[in-house]
Amino acid sequence: MIRLEPRLAPSRTMVYGAPLLAVVLTLITGAALFSALGYNPLQSLYLFFIQPISDSYGITELLLKATPLTLCAVGLAVGFRGNVWNIGAEGQLTMGAITAGAIAVTWHDSTSSLMIPIMIVAGLAGGMAWAAIPALLKTRFHANEILTSLMLTYVATFFLGYLVNGPLRDPEGFNFPESRMFGDAALLPMLVEESRLHIGALIALFVVILGWVMMARTLIGFQVKVVGLTPLAAHYAGFSPKKVVWMSLLLGGALAGLAGMFEVAGPIGQLQPVISPGYGFTAIIVAFLGRLHPIGILLAALLVALSYLGGETVQMELSLPLAVTGVFQGMLLFFLLACDVLINYRLSIGFKGKTA
Amino acid sequence: MIGFEVETLIAILLGVARGATPLVFAAIGELITEKSGVLNLGVEGMMLVGAVAGFIAVVATGSPTLGFFAAMLAGALLASLFAFLVLVLHTNQVASGLALTIFGVGVSAFFGLGYIGTPIKGPQAIHIPVLTDIPVIGPLLFGHDIMVYLAFVLVAATAWFLSKSRWGMILRAVGESHHAAHAIGYPVVMIRFFAILFGGAMCGLAGAYISLIYTPMWAENMTAGRGWIALALVVFATWKPGRALIGAYLFGGVTILQLNVQSLGVDVSAHLMNMLPYIATILVLVLISRDETKIRLNAPACLGKPFRADG
Repeated sequence: MIRLEPRLAPSRTMVYGAPLLAVVLTLITGAALFSALGYNPLQSLYLFFIQPISDSYGITELLLKATPLTLCAVGLAVGFRGNVWNIGAEGQLTMGAITAGAIAVTWHDSTSSLMIPIMIVAGLAGGMAWAAIPALLKTRFHANEILTSLMLTYVATFFLGYLVNGPLRDPEGFNFPESRMFGDAALLPMLVEESRLHIGALIALFVVILGWVMMARTLIGFQVKVVGLTPLAAHYAGFSPKKVVWMSLLLGGALAGLAGMFEVAGPIGQLQPVISPGYGFTAIIVAFLGRLHPIGILLAALLVALSYLGGETVQMELSLPLAVTGVFQGMLLFFLLACDVLINYRLSIGFKGKTA
Repeated sequence: MIGFEVETLIAILLGVARGATPLVFAAIGELITEKSGVLNLGVEGMMLVGAVAGFIAVVATGSPTLGFFAAMLAGALLASLFAFLVLVLHTNQVASGLALTIFGVGVSAFFGLGYIGTPIKGPQAIHIPVLTDIPVIGPLLFGHDIMVYLAFVLVAATAWFLSKSRWGMILRAVGESHHAAHAIGYPVVMIRFFAILFGGAMCGLAGAYISLIYTPMWAENMTAGRGWIALALVVFATWKPGRALIGAYLFGGVTILQLNVQSLGVDVSAHLMNMLPYIATILVLVLISRDETKIRLNAPACLGKPFRADG
């Protein structure tokens, strides 16, 4: 008989142990899944988790994919702490890509060194503006931000589709739904030769540190946490929940927008109908896996980025569908949520009518 | 000329019912779940899993009935995972629901990969001799597929169940105050478990309607946010089945309008028209949520709150 017994105090070990346990359970289930499909489980796991990062190019690709995940997740985590459920980071990322991309396309023959800074500001502003809509609707009309931010993601995707099929389509592109390629001045400088890793990765690292300082050391970070944990106490302390809604959505939107700018000015180099393979949604998993803490998010983003690379590898080597990535990511979040129960409960194995 | 226009109009109205029916099933399923006090944001994921399960079953057996049953089973199965997390392990309902959607998107894409582009013959619209042949009214009243009628039956049955039946009242009591319901001796966790399962089955059915009748085909992510629209519909309906039906038909109308606006000779980019249902959802949410008291009075008081028998 297995029972859950409440712990007297939350276990600090399990706060950090739960994500590790979840990863292990995901690996075991993944191995079972691979063998059920008729593949050698150990070889498949090797292909999924080790092979992609066994050379230096693989590592730069890992960092490249971890960059947008980290940026989106750091922003989302601030909101999640304050009970603000922005799940529209994908749309905010798309809007950031659109605003930055529109500038790159409009001044495509510019050689100004100001191009990148301007595009960064545009990306931040685009994502922020898109996130301001759910913030306004939430604070002014009490509309649920989960639904509005998600609906706006679809709107942003169609808007991008409209732009690359219309106003921003490459005039010499044989009617392909793509913008022209960005000029050199609108492309991010590379961090490592012979790779696609750009300076955005460094900026993401900087954002992680900033986010950590903000949450741990500033009044606004403290307010977010109090509003999220005990709304009543926050009310008595005079902290404004509306301010937390605005702050976390604007911050989350800006960082997602920055991630979008990095994608188009980095590995993609133009506007396309699809900018992100769901980074904005996957960032939700990253945020939880990283314990809503910027440093944890950085580690979680590396792991989840690996699941993208691993999915591509097993697709090439075993001709498994790319959807394996999604299955792994979903399982990981499930196991994590389940393992989190061990923070507040302990497993007790024994007979129910214990006398001691 | 006039005859042609009437036929177009009939086709459009039949299309409205096809656009609305999956929303009715999903919204009613989620409505029952929420009435028991549980918020399941996994509607989109359960719909996708239902869509792919129903499609595979039809390809394998050729029977749409079996397809719909397989979809309900798959939806309920995924929902039971969610039920275990939130009812037994007391996980955060918002996070668990999101996980369900992410997982459902991945799993459905995984199993559906071999079925992209596979043609199937879905259930056809019914045809009752004489009745369906009546001009105009005939096809509108007697020319839909069977699921359109079942959706109406489901709404009526749900309305009766919630307001008139003993178990419906117990379900509502659990959603309004789980501690009081527990104190009287009702099995709170068990009731919520079945409410979640029912929600999953209905979402599965909704997904299968899309893959078997609406399109009919399988494609990754083919529900395209309808699960989220159904969630918004529950709020729009202020948790009343009849209003959910009206809401679903309004949205069905918007969807069909979007498909037909170009054939009506209006020159707007298809990409911009595609935004319409999503923008409409936001507008409707804003209009209904503006009145905070109304939402608070109608929403189940324990919605989203975890329940532990020991405290």
